[in-house]
Amino acid sequence: MGVVIQMRVNGKTQQHEVEPRLLLVHYLRDVLGLTGTHIGCETSICGACTVLLGGKAVKSCTLLAVQADGADVVTIEGLAALGGNGGLHPVQEGFWEKHGLQCGYCTPGMILAAVELLQTNPKPKEEEIRRAIAGNLCRCTGYQHIVDAVQYAARKMAAAKR
Amino acid sequence: MATATRYMGRPLKRKEDPRLIQGLSHYVDDLRLPDMHYVVFVRSPHAHARIRSMDTSRAQTAPGVLAVLTGQDLGNAVGVIPCAAQLPEMKLALRPPLATERVLFVGEPVALVVAVDRYAARDAAELVEVEYEPLTPIVDPEKALARGAPVLHPQYSDNVAYRWELEGGDVGAAFQKADKVVRQKMVNQRLIPVALEPRAVVANYKPGENKLTVWSTTQIPHLLRTQIAAALGVPEYIVHVIAPEVGGGFGSKLNVYAEEVLVAHLAMRLGKPVKWTESRRENFQATIHGRDQIATMELAVKRDGTLLGLRCHILADLGAYYQLLTPLIPTLTGLMICGCYKIPAVRVEITGAFTNKMATDAYRGAGRPEATYFIERAIDMVAAELKKDPAEIRRKNFPKPKEFPYATPTGLIYDSANYPKSLDMALKKSGYRRLRAQQAKLRRQGRYLGIGLSTYVEICAMGPSSAMPAGGWESATVRIEPTGKVNILTGASPHGQGQETSFAQIAADLLGLEPDDIHVVHGDTAIVPYGIGTFGSRATAVGGTAVYTALVKIRDKLATIAGHILQEDPQRLVFRDKKIFLKSNPAKSVAFAEAVGAAYIAKALPAGMEPGLEATHFFEPSNFTFPFGAHVAVVEVDPETGEVHLQRYVAVDDCGNVINPLLVDGQVHGGIVQALGQAFLEEAVYDENGQLITGELTDYAIPRAWDVPRLETARTVTPSPVNPLGVKGVGEAGTIGATPALVNAVVDALAPFGVRHLDMPTKRERIWQLIRKFKPTGSRPATKRVGDGRGRRGRRKR
Amino acid sequence: MIPAAFEYHAPKSLEEALRLLSRHGNEAKILAGGHSLLPLMKLRLAAPRCVIDIGRIQALRYIREENGRIAIGALTTHTEVLESPLLRAKCPLLPQTAWEIGDVQVRNRGTVGWSLAHADPAADYPAAVLALDAELVAASVHGTRTLRAMEFFVDMLTAALLPGEILTEVRVPILPPRTGTAYRKLHQPASGYALVGAAACLTLGPGGIVERVAVGLTGVGPKAYRAVAVEKALAGKKASEKLLTGAARHAVPEHVEPLSDLQASAEYRTAMAVVFVRRALESALARAQGKPR
Repeated sequence: MGVVIQMRVNGKTQQHEVEPRLLLVHYLRDVLGLTGTHIGCETSICGACTVLLGGKAVKSCTLLAVQADGADVVTIEGLAALGGNGGLHPVQEGFWEKHGLQCGYCTPGMILAAVELLQTNPKPKEEEIRRAIAGNLCRCTGYQHIVDAVQYAARKMAAAKR
Repeated sequence: MATATRYMGRPLKRKEDPRLIQGLSHYVDDLRLPDMHYVVFVRSPHAHARIRSMDTSRAQTAPGVLAVLTGQDLGNAVGVIPCAAQLPEMKLALRPPLATERVLFVGEPVALVVAVDRYAARDAAELVEVEYEPLTPIVDPEKALARGAPVLHPQYSDNVAYRWELEGGDVGAAFQKADKVVRQKMVNQRLIPVALEPRAVVANYKPGENKLTVWSTTQIPHLLRTQIAAALGVPEYIVHVIAPEVGGGFGSKLNVYAEEVLVAHLAMRLGKPVKWTESRRENFQATIHGRDQIATMELAVKRDGTLLGLRCHILADLGAYYQLLTPLIPTLTGLMICGCYKIPAVRVEITGAFTNKMATDAYRGAGRPEATYFIERAIDMVAAELKKDPAEIRRKNFPKPKEFPYATPTGLIYDSANYPKSLDMALKKSGYRRLRAQQAKLRRQGRYLGIGLSTYVEICAMGPSSAMPAGGWESATVRIEPTGKVNILTGASPHGQGQETSFAQIAADLLGLEPDDIHVVHGDTAIVPYGIGTFGSRATAVGGTAVYTALVKIRDKLATIAGHILQEDPQRLVFRDKKIFLKSNPAKSVAFAEAVGAAYIAKALPAGMEPGLEATHFFEPSNFTFPFGAHVAVVEVDPETGEVHLQRYVAVDDCGNVINPLLVDGQVHGGIVQALGQAFLEEAVYDENGQLITGELTDYAIPRAWDVPRLETARTVTPSPVNPLGVKGVGEAGTIGATPALVNAVVDALAPFGVRHLDMPTKRERIWQLIRKFKPTGSRPATKRVGDGRGRRGRRKR
Repeated sequence: MIPAAFEYHAPKSLEEALRLLSRHGNEAKILAGGHSLLPLMKLRLAAPRCVIDIGRIQALRYIREENGRIAIGALTTHTEVLESPLLRAKCPLLPQTAWEIGDVQVRNRGTVGWSLAHADPAADYPAAVLALDAELVAASVHGTRTLRAMEFFVDMLTAALLPGEILTEVRVPILPPRTGTAYRKLHQPASGYALVGAAACLTLGPGGIVERVAVGLTGVGPKAYRAVAVEKALAGKKASEKLLTGAARHAVPEHVEPLSDLQASAEYRTAMAVVFVRRALESALARAQGKPR
């Protein structure tokens, strides 16, 4: 038995009939083809599946697509549009500048977790950054360049506001 | 022709990143083909059991199901899982891709379901009925070798997979001469690699063209292609393997897995594109594990700290079957057991044991972290025994810089090094003396600081073919397009290491171009000449050298063409700023693109020259390379809870010349944190029934951002004489050097409690027990409470 | 990691949810944020025939002052608790506890009510609601009833909710002046759950006498509990480091059988319960004394 759901994903309204058990991450990846959101652990530990739901970072592997009915979802593919300058979002830029990624698999989720952090705390200390991304595992970088990337983005966003 | 280093050595940001930070790249599970079907495996819940019967009839008729297959159904259509390693008198342990008679580890596949989507396949898999007759599981490797233990492979009389020995120097005499012998049994525990991307395979067969395309999360696309062809009994030319974006490997994707050959077979058998994606639980149960060695180390020393001899017995728990390199990994431990010390006499004995577990194989460091851990712990015990500073014991036993190349009694030739220099730098950078003073002061206050050292040497650039199971060379092709743009096709298969950037840096310098003029292609067997792959810290030292040598060939040809155009001696030409010009008179020049065009238009080439611009080189290294370094870890142990807080980490590494320091730092950081995982957190635990009880990331902790302080890194540079780039490799140095430094720090912190050794992971409860059970001979050390004991986690106050 | 199929309902009101629950009985499971139920369903440890998603009932999402207490709707997220100025000012123990739950993403989705109703022995909130002597409101088609925190946690993964009941509200007190609270936790390193979590709420009277104190513990046994013996050892006495240390020794009473697992043996859990109760008390005391902690 299908359920019709409608949501805005990266600014575009989507409507589909889905099985109620369909996970949001599978909806994004398999139905909408937005494969930038990854699946790393399925137990809501690793954060690779992080997307913004109503502006808040959530783990889309532990969420049914039907639970997001009516919501506003941003995935990594739609993030640049939030950056406001037509190019990369400052957090994306930070990850590039500071070598904040290696294999890239955790990166979309990591970037979105950092975006939420900077929305609520524009000048985070290193410890605050490390805590904010504790729900996102990276096996490649040792996190240091990720911290640098978030700090870069914070500076960049602060400068843009001035 | 001098090469300007305008890009080599610079921290260029990566060419691969734009696609990755925008979610535009494609990992295997991102691929979608029309009419694609999905595979789910049915796996054994038992560690050791006989399969009594299987009934797939209910699953066959479930909605959306295309096929349900067991090992019986496969017959001989798919060959056994390959193992490339051969050791003398090694017992074979051939694993069928789907178990038919017996299952030997939890997670071993027994059947598979193919359906229209993953949900339908998962539902139908529940309906496959398998009746098992449980057999006694063999879990503990020591018990597996005991007389009368049940035997895992019934064709043999015991569970010994192989025995391997190595001896150099007069070991008996060394131990007789010794003032002291330091002995310790140490466990290097079983680990789960946890590449963040689970494994996945997509296969598609086009019967008209007779083409089988396989996309796989692999570090070795060409070797996989060969093995798929062999397992399916088809000519290699019909198989095309692509490793698209690969989300980390750490050795876990340096393999040929049952799922890879089975999915390839299904595509041909069913005539549909098929996909399989591993769940994290499957990844834990049925992707290779790492380490799992129990060593008994003995060091013979003189009173002044001079090392005389080493004896080491290693019991390696190999699991139930071999994967690609399983038996070989412990032998690397044997070869590197002397570390960076002059030890004149060495004897190593290795016993490989079969147990009802997943196979161990190459996991980041593969044999070297074990060796380094064993020797570095033992050195610390020597220092403790002789009441000497661990830094001084190390320094005393280093071969001197002028002794290189240095031959070890295990038969290796260390290429180049300056061990005292990196140790001095690490001690200075960490403020080692001040740390010791601070430690003494804090101990009086009932606070336990630990300072751990590790000086390591590792073996990289795997390796000369003579020492490798299936070729140790690497290939590269440089193809310059008529427009002057450059393609580099490399046989290496990077999956996060950044060679699209670093190889472009090499090419830009050699050809006088910009990195944006260069495009690096990898991981596609239809495009790239046969190659070996990315593992063993080989991509830059072996793959990069192949690229370099192919570039030199093409540059020589271009110089000849340009010399012909300019009527000058090609030897006197320089490549820079997209021009080829006379060194003594830069005005006399020809545009790079013009010289390239001449090669293709081919109207005015020097007599006898072939048209076109393409060069290939298969580089065979003459030796391994041996990077080294010195690490200092500073921890504080909370004596009330046993929690360990890493306060500082100083790493001085020497990986030879550096192409891109940003990438090297990234490798070092990642390696250190992975080492922290082994030292403090990670352990794959099978219970007495052979159930993997650390079966998900909810039970198996890998380091998070808040577990780590800011790492302090530095480098010394000792170029390798083994390759023209002078590079050594850095992919595994962190896990090799850092693990012992971290554990040494914890043991050092616990010294006042009489602790001399502690196995990994240094869990809180174990430390708490050691402190609690300590019976002092004198007065008990103070365990004054450290404030409210809030360490790293606690300090994150709101 | 795919749940089995189920019938899905998304009621818009509590009344509708209760009617559905009453109709489907045991075959139905309540879905709130999803962080408790969905992991079980993905592992197929739970395969309800029917899922009632109450996540859309906005009326269950609030934090407000009411009749001298603070009422928190069951669907309030951990993040909302953490950021609530009202709670921070008048009942900071809940935000202090929320801060230690999971990670940002989990806090954004997980809800107060369902992390309590799930009665996970390693969840964080149970310790806090016990220390606050909170009231929990359960509703069914037959009406509502109010339970005290002390009677709410029945056994491992079992709360005192009757079939057909939904937890709708948590009521916590407005803490009096000279009250300090703290939540101290030993994290399970992989999951972030509490191996031991201790919540303390301590009010000082004249002359530094402990006027009122309550301590809740989670993670130690199969269910969260009030450390009554600790409280007894403190009440009415002049607060001191020594007093707290002595009292904390009673953290694990005889009737509690400590859990033992891969991450911590019963022995270690017991010892850590003592340590973390003491630490929570120390922080709570310092805060009650107006010292920054």
